[in-house]
Amino acid sequence: MEAHIKIRNLNVSYKKVSALKDVNLDIPRKQITAIIGPSGCGKSTLLKSLNRFHDLTDDAVVSGEVLLDDIDLYAPEVEVTEVRTKVGLIAQRPFPLPMSIYDNVAYGLRIHKLSRGRKMRKLVQHYLEIAGLWEEVKDRLHAPARDLSIGQQQRLCLARGLAVEPEVILGDEPTSSLDPISAKLIESLLKKLKKQYTTVIVTHELRQARRLADYAVFMYLGEVVEAGPAKRMLVSPKDKRTRAYLSGEI
Amino acid sequence: MRKRWTLAHIEDLVMRILMILSSMALVLILAAILVSIFIKGLPAMNLDLITKTPEGGFFLGGEGGVLNAIVGSLLLAGGGTLLAFLISLPIAFGINVYTSGTPRGTRLASFFRLTLDVLWGIPSLVYGAFGFTIMIALGLRASLGAGILVLTLLEIPIMVRAMDEVMRLVPEDLTFAALGVGATRLEAARGVIIRQTLPGLVTAVLLAFGRGIGDAASVLFTAGFSDRIPTSLGNAAASLPLAVFFQLGSPFPEVRARGYASALILTVLILLISLISRALARRLSRNVIK
Amino acid sequence: MARPRNDEELKNKTQARRIRQDKLAARNYRLAASLPLFLLLMMTIGFFVRTQPIFAQSSIWQLLSGTVWKPSQGQFGLLTFINGTLWVTVLALLLAVPPCILTSLYLVEYAKRRSLGAILPAIDLLAGIPSVVYGVWGLLVIVPAVPKISSFLSSWLGRISLFAATNPTGYSVAAGGIVLAVMISPVIISISIEVLRAIPEGLRHASFALGATRWQTVRRVVVPRALPGIIAAVVMGLSRAFGETLAVMMVVGNTPQIPHSIFDAAYPLTALIANNYGEMMSVPLYDSALMGAALLLLVIVLIFNLGAALVLVRANRRAKV
Repeated sequence: MEAHIKIRNLNVSYKKVSALKDVNLDIPRKQITAIIGPSGCGKSTLLKSLNRFHDLTDDAVVSGEVLLDDIDLYAPEVEVTEVRTKVGLIAQRPFPLPMSIYDNVAYGLRIHKLSRGRKMRKLVQHYLEIAGLWEEVKDRLHAPARDLSIGQQQRLCLARGLAVEPEVILGDEPTSSLDPISAKLIESLLKKLKKQYTTVIVTHELRQARRLADYAVFMYLGEVVEAGPAKRMLVSPKDKRTRAYLSGEI
Repeated sequence: MRKRWTLAHIEDLVMRILMILSSMALVLILAAILVSIFIKGLPAMNLDLITKTPEGGFFLGGEGGVLNAIVGSLLLAGGGTLLAFLISLPIAFGINVYTSGTPRGTRLASFFRLTLDVLWGIPSLVYGAFGFTIMIALGLRASLGAGILVLTLLEIPIMVRAMDEVMRLVPEDLTFAALGVGATRLEAARGVIIRQTLPGLVTAVLLAFGRGIGDAASVLFTAGFSDRIPTSLGNAAASLPLAVFFQLGSPFPEVRARGYASALILTVLILLISLISRALARRLSRNVIK
Repeated sequence: MARPRNDEELKNKTQARRIRQDKLAARNYRLAASLPLFLLLMMTIGFFVRTQPIFAQSSIWQLLSGTVWKPSQGQFGLLTFINGTLWVTVLALLLAVPPCILTSLYLVEYAKRRSLGAILPAIDLLAGIPSVVYGVWGLLVIVPAVPKISSFLSSWLGRISLFAATNPTGYSVAAGGIVLAVMISPVIISISIEVLRAIPEGLRHASFALGATRWQTVRRVVVPRALPGIIAAVVMGLSRAFGETLAVMMVVGNTPQIPHSIFDAAYPLTALIANNYGEMMSVPLYDSALMGAALLLLVIVLIFNLGAALVLVRANRRAKV
């Protein structure tokens, strides 16, 4: 397995309470990795360490290394805004920016000065098409984004995130706010996208993990208990804690 | 992914600097105000000022102090705050307790909050002028009683707003828990909400009290001014802010100097009230569930 | 009432009493809560009635646009004073709004909790300082400083009549504007902070996740979303400035003239009312005119406050969605 991201000795504490302990993990390239575990085990904390989200929290302390292709994202000389363009995040609840549909997708392009004018229009269309949203919004690109349904909003967030051309897509329970139909849409999108983007999702639905994951990571009480190819791990796990979780005991 | 100086980063830095400067400027101006009052007021300060009433020719340089104004202000603000409290507490409770459940109730509460917000913004001068017209209509003279009434009206929006703010923070579940064991709304209000919001209520009362002491425009019309300490509600009452104003308008430098000292007294009074309010609030927070 | 005999009776009687008290309290609440509305109506009606006599003589337009104010001759033109109020108020807004918005943005979007703890009490303290104390500070510090500012500025901008150094004393629109600017800052800041805090964190996170800097997020996401509320905050500050009496009165000069430079003296409406209420009963129609001025203030402030309050209510409702 070729590792795109290597996590070494990652420790995260929040207000002096440890949330992640000594995490050592490899994330495979261009596959969907699912992080599973009972609530409170640190899944989201681990995910958010991958795009330096904890930098935004006053009380969070992070130590260790997160290597993206051998560059430590936490090295002092690394620019955090660039980290976040390379590693994109889709949140649990879609938050469309207070602007039109078009401007939402163009936001990333504008702030990073990636494009302009006609080329930008083409790019916006391109990413909306990838997210499967183009047909539904092409006639009202300049309508406010909050007019969209929640499923459409999440797809908009996906298009928006892809527009800055990340290498990695992170999903923090990306379908848990959505209705089943929209959730299915997002899942099929993620499956299509894995050919181009390394994808890491956190999910509390085992069935979703079974549907999507190529690689699975089980976490418990702030530690990574077990990690491996999904087909093996989700069927015959090695650790008894993993087994307990999979059978619904914890 | 090395760090680079992009335009975005320069912008971010420049704006950060401007913001920090603005915030610092605010604190510095506050310090400047307090310092200038202290520097100018302290030299002219003496015990007479707070213990004596004005004797003849006080405003022309004669002997005496501003005890009449100090007591006058305390009486005016004290009376006004007390009356305002008696009216504000039911209003604040009502808006928060007697509204849950019915859509009509919540709409009514929003409407009441709106009228209070509007009243809150009306200048004290207008309150004073209104009080004046009522006085004239009723044939009353400028007096302690009239001043108290106007201050009551002025303080009600301030007090209710502050009380409402704290009461809104009480999680609905807490009230529902009380109602759930069969308490009436009144009992829930008294048992649960008061205890939970007591520090905030105290702060609200002291906030309004401070406002009452410091306001001049409303008592200008209605309380009159007198060199004596008022002994009945019908007497005219001096107030500290007006005493300061009149003294500062005098052509005599000694009188003006005493004016600065009187301003110092007023400022210290307000600062004291603020400190007491904070200390009390902290003390009373023992029973509050966070 | 006879002593209740058994537990059942006692329970029923207690129950009945509790319910009665509750109903009584509910009725008291409704009574008390309608007082503010009643007061508002009484104020408007009261002023209107007192102003009637002068409306019989001159139209509203004549009152508002007349420039001659000679009560003893029955001339009551308020334009000079409306002008005075406008000059001081606009200057105060120009001086206060940019720093206030910057400070609010800093406190909510940037500052660590420690800095907040230091600056918020300062804002509360500034809000609690009485008007007359601001006036004293204005007399001590601002009025002496204004002539220096005016001579400094006149070397660069003196040709522009707005900045013409016309006044050797410091009692001017400038002094009034500066003092007012400080006085309305706490209002603008506290309401702006409330508005900014109501914006959900997820919105900011969404922007950061795309690699935006904090300022980019503030400028492109937070401010547009907060704009109606911030405008409401400024309007509340405006309303405050309109109604401020004592502090302005002490530093603005009280000369009944229409200012042409910020260094001219002026005579705001509030000062007019406060300075002359003593004589107003002795000259016919004087009291009506002054009450008319008070009515004007009331109406203007009412419109501003109502507008701002409605905007804020809508903004809060949207934030919960």
